[in-house]
Amino acid sequence: MSALRRLVLALAAPAAAVGFALVTSSLILLLIGSNPLVAYGDMLEHASKLETLVDILNRATPLYVSGIAVAIAFRMNLFNIGVEGQFLLAFLVAAHAGSLVSLPAALHIAFILVVAMSVGAAYAGAAGVLKVTRGVNEVISTIMLNAIAVSGLVAWLIKEWQAGGSIGTGTTTRVGTAPIDESGLLPDLNGVLELVTRDLRPGKELTGVLVLALVVGVVYHVLVNRTVFGFDLRASGFNPFAARVGGVPPKRMIILAMSISGAVAGLVGMAELMQSGYFPSNPIQGLGYAGIAVALLGRNHPVGIAFGALIFAFLDVSSGVLQFSGAAPREIVVIMQGVIILAAVVAYEMAHRARNREEARSAAAALHEARAEA
Amino acid sequence: MRKKWKALLPAMAVIAFAAAGCGGDEGSGASSDVSVGLVYDIGGRGDQSFNDAAAAGIERAAAELGITFTEASPNDDGSNRGELLQLGADAHNLVIAVGFLFEGDAAKVGAANPETSFAVIDSSMIDWAQDPPAPYGEKIAGLVFAEQQGSFLVGAAAALKSTTGTVGFIGGVRGVGGLIEKFEAGYIAGAKAVNPDIKILSEYITEAPNFDGFNAPDRAKDIALAMYEGGADIVYHAAGGSGAGLFEAAKTQSEASGAKVWGIGVDSDQYNTVDPAVQEYVLTSMLKRVDVAVFEAVKAQIDGTLVGGETRYDLAVDGVGYSTSGGFIDDIAEKLEEFKAQIIDGTIVVPTDPTQA
Repeated sequence: MSALRRLVLALAAPAAAVGFALVTSSLILLLIGSNPLVAYGDMLEHASKLETLVDILNRATPLYVSGIAVAIAFRMNLFNIGVEGQFLLAFLVAAHAGSLVSLPAALHIAFILVVAMSVGAAYAGAAGVLKVTRGVNEVISTIMLNAIAVSGLVAWLIKEWQAGGSIGTGTTTRVGTAPIDESGLLPDLNGVLELVTRDLRPGKELTGVLVLALVVGVVYHVLVNRTVFGFDLRASGFNPFAARVGGVPPKRMIILAMSISGAVAGLVGMAELMQSGYFPSNPIQGLGYAGIAVALLGRNHPVGIAFGALIFAFLDVSSGVLQFSGAAPREIVVIMQGVIILAAVVAYEMAHRARNREEARSAAAALHEARAEA
Repeated sequence: MRKKWKALLPAMAVIAFAAAGCGGDEGSGASSDVSVGLVYDIGGRGDQSFNDAAAAGIERAAAELGITFTEASPNDDGSNRGELLQLGADAHNLVIAVGFLFEGDAAKVGAANPETSFAVIDSSMIDWAQDPPAPYGEKIAGLVFAEQQGSFLVGAAAALKSTTGTVGFIGGVRGVGGLIEKFEAGYIAGAKAVNPDIKILSEYITEAPNFDGFNAPDRAKDIALAMYEGGADIVYHAAGGSGAGLFEAAKTQSEASGAKVWGIGVDSDQYNTVDPAVQEYVLTSMLKRVDVAVFEAVKAQIDGTLVGGETRYDLAVDGVGYSTSGGFIDDIAEKLEEFKAQIIDGTIVVPTDPTQA
């Protein structure tokens, strides 16, 4: 099969998924008496503003990191559902640790990132250890570990580490860990934007974690495709028995893959931390689960995941304008996200089968030719 | 293939109707040029409690003051609060945000939109990092409630009506900056003011950052049943949507044991909002007049009297109180009014921290 045809098949699937989601949501909008063209028009018009683009990038950043975290495990056929718990715990511990030290800027930021990645790696690694030593399926253990992290560890630690004052007694209006010094916060990218286009509206920031996310994407690509470890990872995912026979230690690979996945997961909360400087009592949750959807949509490919994160972020950001313009209820964006995922899964499977058929056909043709020659 | 598609249709219709039910932007005749962007907290309308009270306030403002308004609520993870406030400021003179979680975003968006007024429910909108603490902005109002005072009165009502000498409290989420603890503190203080030896069972459904406690009626029911089993005959809840489980538990327990037990509602007059089957178990409700605060904020915007920083709604201005629907506490009304007068004139200072109650 030609490279071009391969590319067309690869792109056809996500395009079909988005197209199908558009058709489905149009039908739903028509059913409830909204005009889909007006709704899509409002969404696109809103998204064309610079401030909205910044919102989309800010939202896509943690989604992307979360997607990469899930994808690393996926490449080895491990399903890390625990990104949610890993990132919240890492976010909290990093916020607290960061508030305790004062260091020069670069060191302070590096310290916070290292703490976050270590906590994420350790917490995800625990699921890996459970799998190789006790045979506990990582799906089960990571779900359990999520519950332990969110309702247990985080709930307990946030009380221990809460900065003074309480809303109830009217001595503060902000609840959470003590604020991190300015030196520990990644600067925003407003200056860069200003060079390219114009100044942002006051109070708007393009998160500096975006750069970190891009680095994570590049490292992921190199690690998986250009290193021995990456080869072992993919081999173990493709056929664990063959990999084992080939000398890849399966236990070590499982623990390593889970730990690296968790280390990346630890960075998911950095987008919020670097912007606010503390861990609040109501951190943005659900990013770990959204990462699964984004990784699925992106086929575990670093560029594909970016594409998935941007689509999800665009839809999330659109819910506001739809409500204020009255063009459609906000739930339509959730429906579109769901339909895109479902359609993507179906479309990828269809593309996969088409490719298999194609390969079988060309193999048969080649065989036929060879026989004719003989 | 065709058959498969047809099988999907009912499911799609259900999704469509569900989506339709959650929409609903409406305005009314414009006799005032004030327009309001009302941003609910997660979940929007239909929570039978906080958001619905704000909705009642804005509808009254639309009917009586002739303003127009648009409603919105955040994504389920609350990630777009700031964006909603900005969208509201783009098209309205006044943006009302329902819930203290909007504080940080409202301060930022308020600073970026000095022409627009903002009002945030449940936050004082005072910047405590400044010395001395000062409002975030001249046109950024914070509307706060003395929930402990209203809770004191229902606590007193519970102690007066209890025959077992044991009452209970169910909080939704512990550790949200002491917000729900305020209800607990007032309730305990009120109960003890009547009967210093009273036994008070107290439990929270979840702890922050797990916010499920505000919408877990099944768990509220379990906790309430355990409290009734433990000898409590009146249980007060400050748990938003979970409260429905408390009243169900009161009915279950009353029917099983033959001795009547009660629940006490919160925020709105829950006698009028609960399932009619459990209505007779709603002893009273602690009223938190979010509707009044919303209405008054709109009125202040029209009159040009909206002030930055804290506006407090307490017993003195009927910003909090207790309901008498059902007539179950008519016999103790005199006593409660006495307490109320003492709180208003400062003879009784109600604590906000349960450890001091």
